[in-house]
Parts: sequence; C-alpha cells; structure tokens
Amino acid sequence: MTDETRAERLFAHRCPNGHLTYPAHPLCPTCDEAQVETVDLTDERGVVLTWTRVEATPPGVRQPNTLALVEFEVGTETVRILAGTTADVQTGDEVSPVYVEQLRDPEQSVRAGTGQEWDGFRFEPVQ
Amino acid sequence: MDVALLGGAMTSFGSRDGWVRDLASEAALACLDDAKIAPADIDHLYVSNMASGEFEGQTGVMNALAHDIGAVPAYAQRVGQTSASGGAGLYAAWQSVASGASEMTLLVGVEKMTHLSTADAGDIIASLTHSVEYSHGVTLPSFAGLTARAYLDRFDVPRESLAHVAVKNHANACKNPDAQFHKAVDVETVLSSPVVADPLRLYDYCPITDGSAALVFCPASLAREYTDEFVTVAGIGGATDTHVVHERADPTWMGAVADSARQTFEMAGCAPEEVDVAELHDMVTVLEVLQLEAFGFADRGEGWRLAVEGTTALDGDLPVNTSGGLKARGHPLGATGVAQAVEIYRQLLGNAGDRQVEAERGLTCNVGGFGNCVTSALFEVDT
Repeated sequence: MTDETRAERLFAHRCPNGHLTYPAHPLCPTCDEAQVETVDLTDERGVVLTWTRVEATPPGVRQPNTLALVEFEVGTETVRILAGTTADVQTGDEVSPVYVEQLRDPEQSVRAGTGQEWDGFRFEPVQ
Repeated sequence: MDVALLGGAMTSFGSRDGWVRDLASEAALACLDDAKIAPADIDHLYVSNMASGEFEGQTGVMNALAHDIGAVPAYAQRVGQTSASGGAGLYAAWQSVASGASEMTLLVGVEKMTHLSTADAGDIIASLTHSVEYSHGVTLPSFAGLTARAYLDRFDVPRESLAHVAVKNHANACKNPDAQFHKAVDVETVLSSPVVADPLRLYDYCPITDGSAALVFCPASLAREYTDEFVTVAGIGGATDTHVVHERADPTWMGAVADSARQTFEMAGCAPEEVDVAELHDMVTVLEVLQLEAFGFADRGEGWRLAVEGTTALDGDLPVNTSGGLKARGHPLGATGVAQAVEIYRQLLGNAGDRQVEAERGLTCNVGGFGNCVTSALFEVDT
C-alpha cells in the first residue's frame, strides 16, 4: 500500500483488548497496551451525537463551518470522530466519511510549514 | 507546611496599551506593595503565561520580569498550561513554599492579546488542539457549541438558562473596577447576539483581554510576622483529561475538574457545602454550569438551575464569579487563574468593595483547553 492510498482511508486503531481510538496513540489510553490493528471506517456509517455550526472561524477555515461528533459501532465497541460535515446535519442523523484534499488553507494557519496534515475526511449525510 | 498569601494585586483588565512586560511589572510591583516586601526578598518568581512568543514575539518573560522589577538573582520560571497557566502557577508557587525551597515566592500571571484580531488570536489558542481536530478548523468556542447542544438535549435544559450565567457575571463586573466590562446585559440581549457556535452566541463567551495579576506566597509562620490576618491555601489539586476532546466518554462531564476537586477537598478536609464563594472558569456560560456539577455543587443535569434561581448571585447561598468571571472581568489567558485567586484573596479579607460577600472559605477553578488541564484551589482566612 502506498502512502497516497493510505491517506485516503479512515482508520480507527485497536489494541489487543479490543479498545478502539481515533486517532492512534502510542499506547491504548484505556489499558496502556500497544495498538496493533487498524479498523477501516471509510465505508461505514456513523451517527451524529452532537453538532455545531461555527460562524466565527479562524483564518483559512470555511465559514460557516459545521462540525459533528460522530460515533461508529464496530462489533461491541464504539469509536468517536469529530469532523466537519458537507451539509447540515441533525443529532441522530446517519453520516458516512468523504475524503477532502484540503480541509483548510495551510498558508493562513499558525501551523503553516509544519507536520500538520491538511487533508482528511468530512461527514456526508446518508440519503 | 501551611502556605499563606501575603499579598495580591492585579492590573485593570481590558484593552491595554502596555505589552506583556509592562503589564507584568505593573501587577508585580502593586503586589509587592500590598505584601509590604521588597523585590530583593523574593526567592522564587513564577510567571504564568500561555503564548507571549506567539502573541507578541517576546519569550523568556520570567527573566524579563525578574530584571525589570529588580528581583535578580531570584530563581525564575515560566509556567505554561495553556489557559490554565495561572492555576498551574498557583500550584507551582504553593509547591515552592510547601517544599521549603522558597521562603518568599512571587507569582505573576500575564497575557497581552488585544492587538490581534479575534480570528488570529483564536487560531493561536486553537493550536493547543490535536492535529486531527485542528485540521477541521476547530476553535475552543466550537467545542463549547458541541458541548452545549449535547447538554441541553440530554438533560432537557432550557436554552435561556445559560444566558442567566452571562447576565449574573456582567452584573458582578459592574461592581469590579478592574473588570473589562462595566455593562449590564439582560437575557434578551444574550439570546439575540450574533451566533458564534450554534446554539451559543457572542454574549455566552468571554472576550479577548490584556491584563496581569500577582500574588505573594510565604510560609504561614512568616506571614504572621507581617500581618494579623491573612489567607492560607487550604487545599490544591490538578488533573488532566484527554487531549483529543472527542475521545471523552461523556462530552457533558468535566472529568479533570472532578479529579482536581476531589484532591482539593481531600487536602482541605472539607466538603462542597462548606465553600462560601467560588471563581469558576466561565470561558463560556455552559462551562460555569458544568463546573458546578463536577464540583458537586449541583447534581448532574441540574447545574443550570443555580444561576436561574439566584443561588450563585452575589446575595445567593454560593456566589460564583463575584469578580465578573472570565465572561466580564475578562480572560487574559495566563493571568486568569491568578486573578481568580486575587478575587478570593480580596473577598476573604473583606476588601471586595461593592461586591463583597460574607466568606471564610473560597474556591478557584482554572481550566486549560476545553477541560484538558485543570487546577483548583481552596483558600481560607486565618485570623
């Protein structure tokens, strides 16, 4: 797998005890074991737990910027992700990840020229 | 060792002409005057500051202040814990005296912010977030919007209840000469102000502020040589929560506040019911409510009632944010946690002017990030 294709998948990370996180951590925050597996959420659906439409946004960020806290069920475990949405959402809505090449303008950010990644996944309402 | 506050002072908060060094010196010298000690008496100097390098290109503020006020060769250290840097400074200053490393410690919290636009200052503050959240353009106010919606939905809370926190804290700030705002607001004004992060609006949030606050710490035994009546640190605590805000199991529960509160009450040997006055971290209205619940002043889902019913008003059973809070006294990041303790110091010694309440025991809670880092402290008057 090349780095380019890896970047276009949305992975959660799992330790031997089954705890899931997004993003990855050097050790599982719940049990301190190393995270050894990934779970691909790219084609999965999650549910909106809460959301906000932000009108006052930083330089280089779209305005308004609707953000949603989304929970995915993976077997008996759950994992949460906070991300922008592509359209208006309501609490309880089903959404799916959609890849976006540039989430905000790097040149207008205090993190310009750093290791910050600027691509990622927003959430799209499931029709 | 029992640790005392020998002096306390602050600059006026608001949009100030001075830069970080000017503001810190102003608060430091006023505080030394209040404590009746000289710069040469200082063993340790702590400067609480979040981001002077990012805000104005001045780092090394602890050394700058030591030189500016004539405290060289005192040991000097900058204390950084984002917006809880002031509270972390209380912890560091308390440790320095409690451990015996310092007999006389000066703590100065300071931040200069208003020369930047709200958007630019917001991005500097948002740089404390994890990269996977930062990439989506999150701001600290945006976390509050997500949390407020979850809280209102889950506990069936009326939206206007949060506005009562802003109304109360603006009313208190009208009685505080050092506060940024001297402007009363009503519920209607809050609810009709521009949306910042739906469902929260401009008047739910604290402003951007310049200012500085300072305290002198020493052993209680030494304080008795200077004064008959002083304030002691009865309990202190500190804790962290997740860096990635979305990884918390319950977005409506401030876990680090609860952990810090438990440590603070244990050390002081007292319970929430014994607190007479509190300065909480109302960066946004909903955070005052959630801290009331995490400290055990209210049951889960019930904290919103305290401002609505007047419990937390100046004449209520538990006055909260008598200074006006971050909301209306203002929030110069690194200065805030120190200013909270200056307010409690003044309240406990009867020096709070028109906003004076009856209190022998007062609490502070300073929150970094969106509940990421927390310190709390309980102060008592010693007569």
